[in-house]
Amino acid sequence: MAMMLDLALQLVQITLLVAIAPLIVGITRKVRARLLRRRGPPLLQPYHDLWKQMHKEAVVADNASWVYRRAPYMVFAATWVAAGLVPTYATGLLFSWSADLIAVVALLGTARFALALAAMDVGTAFGGLGASREMMIASLAEPAMLLIAFAVALIAGTTQLSAIAALFATGDVGLRVSLGLALLALVIVGIAENARIPIDNPSTHLELTMVHEAMILEYSGRHLAMIEAASHLKLVLYFSLVGCLFVPFGMATGDKTLPALAIGLATFVAKLVAFAVLLPIAETTVAKMRVFRYPAFIGSAFAAAALAVFLRFVSRGF
Amino acid sequence: MRQDRVSALLADVPAGPLRPWPRHEVDAAVFATIAEALGAGERELLALWGEPGRVHMAIRMVGEMPCVISTAVVDGRFPSVGRWHPPAIRPERAIRDLFGYEPEGAPDIRPWLDHGAWDRSAPLGAAGPAVRRDPADYEMLPVIGEALHQIPVGPVHAGIIEPGHFRFTANGETVVRLEERLGYVHKGIDALTTDVPIARAAERVARLSGDSTVAASFAFARAVEAALGITAPPRAAAIRGVMAELERLANHFGDVGAICNDAAFAIVLAHCGIFRERILALSAAVFGHRLMMDTIVPGGVAANITAEAARMIVATLDALLPAFDEIVRLYEDTPSIQDRTCGTGHLAADLAVRFAAGGPVGRASARDFDARRDLAYPPYEGRAFDVPVFTAGDVDARIRVRIGEIAASATLIRALLGTMPEGPILAPVPEAVAPCEGIAVTEAFRGDLLVWVRLAAGGRVARCHVRDASWFQWPLLEAAIEGNIVADFPLCNKSFNCSYSGHDL
Repeated sequence: MAMMLDLALQLVQITLLVAIAPLIVGITRKVRARLLRRRGPPLLQPYHDLWKQMHKEAVVADNASWVYRRAPYMVFAATWVAAGLVPTYATGLLFSWSADLIAVVALLGTARFALALAAMDVGTAFGGLGASREMMIASLAEPAMLLIAFAVALIAGTTQLSAIAALFATGDVGLRVSLGLALLALVIVGIAENARIPIDNPSTHLELTMVHEAMILEYSGRHLAMIEAASHLKLVLYFSLVGCLFVPFGMATGDKTLPALAIGLATFVAKLVAFAVLLPIAETTVAKMRVFRYPAFIGSAFAAAALAVFLRFVSRGF
Repeated sequence: MRQDRVSALLADVPAGPLRPWPRHEVDAAVFATIAEALGAGERELLALWGEPGRVHMAIRMVGEMPCVISTAVVDGRFPSVGRWHPPAIRPERAIRDLFGYEPEGAPDIRPWLDHGAWDRSAPLGAAGPAVRRDPADYEMLPVIGEALHQIPVGPVHAGIIEPGHFRFTANGETVVRLEERLGYVHKGIDALTTDVPIARAAERVARLSGDSTVAASFAFARAVEAALGITAPPRAAAIRGVMAELERLANHFGDVGAICNDAAFAIVLAHCGIFRERILALSAAVFGHRLMMDTIVPGGVAANITAEAARMIVATLDALLPAFDEIVRLYEDTPSIQDRTCGTGHLAADLAVRFAAGGPVGRASARDFDARRDLAYPPYEGRAFDVPVFTAGDVDARIRVRIGEIAASATLIRALLGTMPEGPILAPVPEAVAPCEGIAVTEAFRGDLLVWVRLAAGGRVARCHVRDASWFQWPLLEAAIEGNIVADFPLCNKSFNCSYSGHDL
């Protein structure tokens, strides 16, 4: 019976993420539109878009191989699993033993690899351009992400997200310089990974400036819906990662009582909405940066994360 | 005496029937010599166009009245100007497509406007049977080197913009060469303005490019008036000036916003979009059309400005300019957008001079030319106004020229409205008793726009040619992007904002 409950709670998390991700993206778009003095699309527009794409014919290039057809499902599956592993409203769920920060990084890397392969598969110039830029960004962001994992692990003594969140939620860890640096690094990596301004512009129509969009230019129909859903999930994944590592408060860490779970769910959704409002505010104040400045920007995430790790070695107090 | 080679050649040649500039009929040898002088930088080329049996070029020495040089086409051939002076290459290719005349010694004879889909070849010349080709069958200029790859962009773009094909050759992210292929929005303006009533021709010229419709109508009206030897009433000239400046304001607002938006700094576009809309709504309220299409007609204007409308215009400017100043401050105080625009897409000053680049493109690269001042025409004659010129030649400079011109235009509008003469707004347009020709240049928001027109007896346009400023700006974009990164192209392109429709005729 306990097993069934655990499984149910884990399923709630997994389905919740898929269900709520388009809404979170809808909120970021709405807020951005309001900041730009536009009315903006309805909050539920991303759901309508996914529905529309699911029911449209998927046009596939003549020379596309199986890689191109399978990649969208692979990207979605890997991202979904990764998102499902990050503790959201409760710690110690059924799959939490596998909820390793490094595993999450690896799953996202797998999704990226599949998408980059698919982008180059049909041989268009934009696919190659997008894939090469994406790989450049990844080569900078992934090391930074691993260092963030180490910085956090040095404090918590484990890379298991559930355990880290449970520890941090107690408040015993307190404010630490190294955690602040890790947060800064994670935000930068999150911006880069989710193709947000100033790295990429998710709403641009300019093919030559695209990164993520350039890779998926040829996709349509259900394939596109899969990739879009995966990118929504990825945004929520990073939101919940920031949430569980740096603001783990409200999560159901102890017994899975109904009130604790309800509070956990409510605070999780509140956190997502808060991040979804903050992100476009930050985005509106800056222009997209030059491609050749990416290393400096994402490199600063690496430097911050490295500093966080070093500080932990220098003194346990940081 | 080298400097006076052209003057010496033309001294004995009688001036033809063109007004107000002289037009000289010369033989092929003299034409070729003048082309060579153009290449040596002794004159600048304003336009190069054809008509059945003849090729004309408008040239200008800085500080002097321009003139037109014409030569007869012999055996379907004329001396190439592009051989000596690269800015002439594309007009020459257009003449070759439209009339079938061979430019002798031309460095580039690939089709330009004719993509192989026309139902006849040389439609304005021999009009032979069509030579259908695959439109994609076009030989791009060769690029040789290791580790180079090509990126074809367009003609259909991901955004809703006009069609044009851009072929990038890049080494990683760095652009080694950009080649443009245009002509996708060819409408046959030259043919549509051949042997039609003046009013019909005016409508078609006004529809060459919607964003420059006032400037094109203005130039057409002045060319017709020059041919007929009439002038528009002073009040009409002042109203034309107000319209032209309103059009400049609307487009510059739009451009400043659109350039920043291409760097994903959308907040500027959001505000500038509103400013542009306010100007368009104002134009609709005052003149009955958002773009003020067909409001300038030969002889005057078709819409008057009432005292109430004048107050409305001033009130709108009073509201918009302080708000725009805030956006300018935002642009100047945001390092991330400055980082994108400063130093990007540098256009060398000597190239701007060589191609006689007008408008913000030329003035951002130190070419101090404004048709309103240097080829002065009513209502700008005798008026002092700012012509902002920058030397940096980058995207930032092109934005700053536009910002400066917005302020200057607003001041001009206020001055024109303040000194608006009373009187009629339309002079009667007599019918030409004999064939006559007129030429005029106006300063559109993109730069100088030239219209040449030949009237036949009896109120008809025999032939007409419109040359948009973009003809000499498009090639410069290819030069400005060299050495930049692929991802910066949209920014450079938008800062040039050349016309596709205006160029493709």
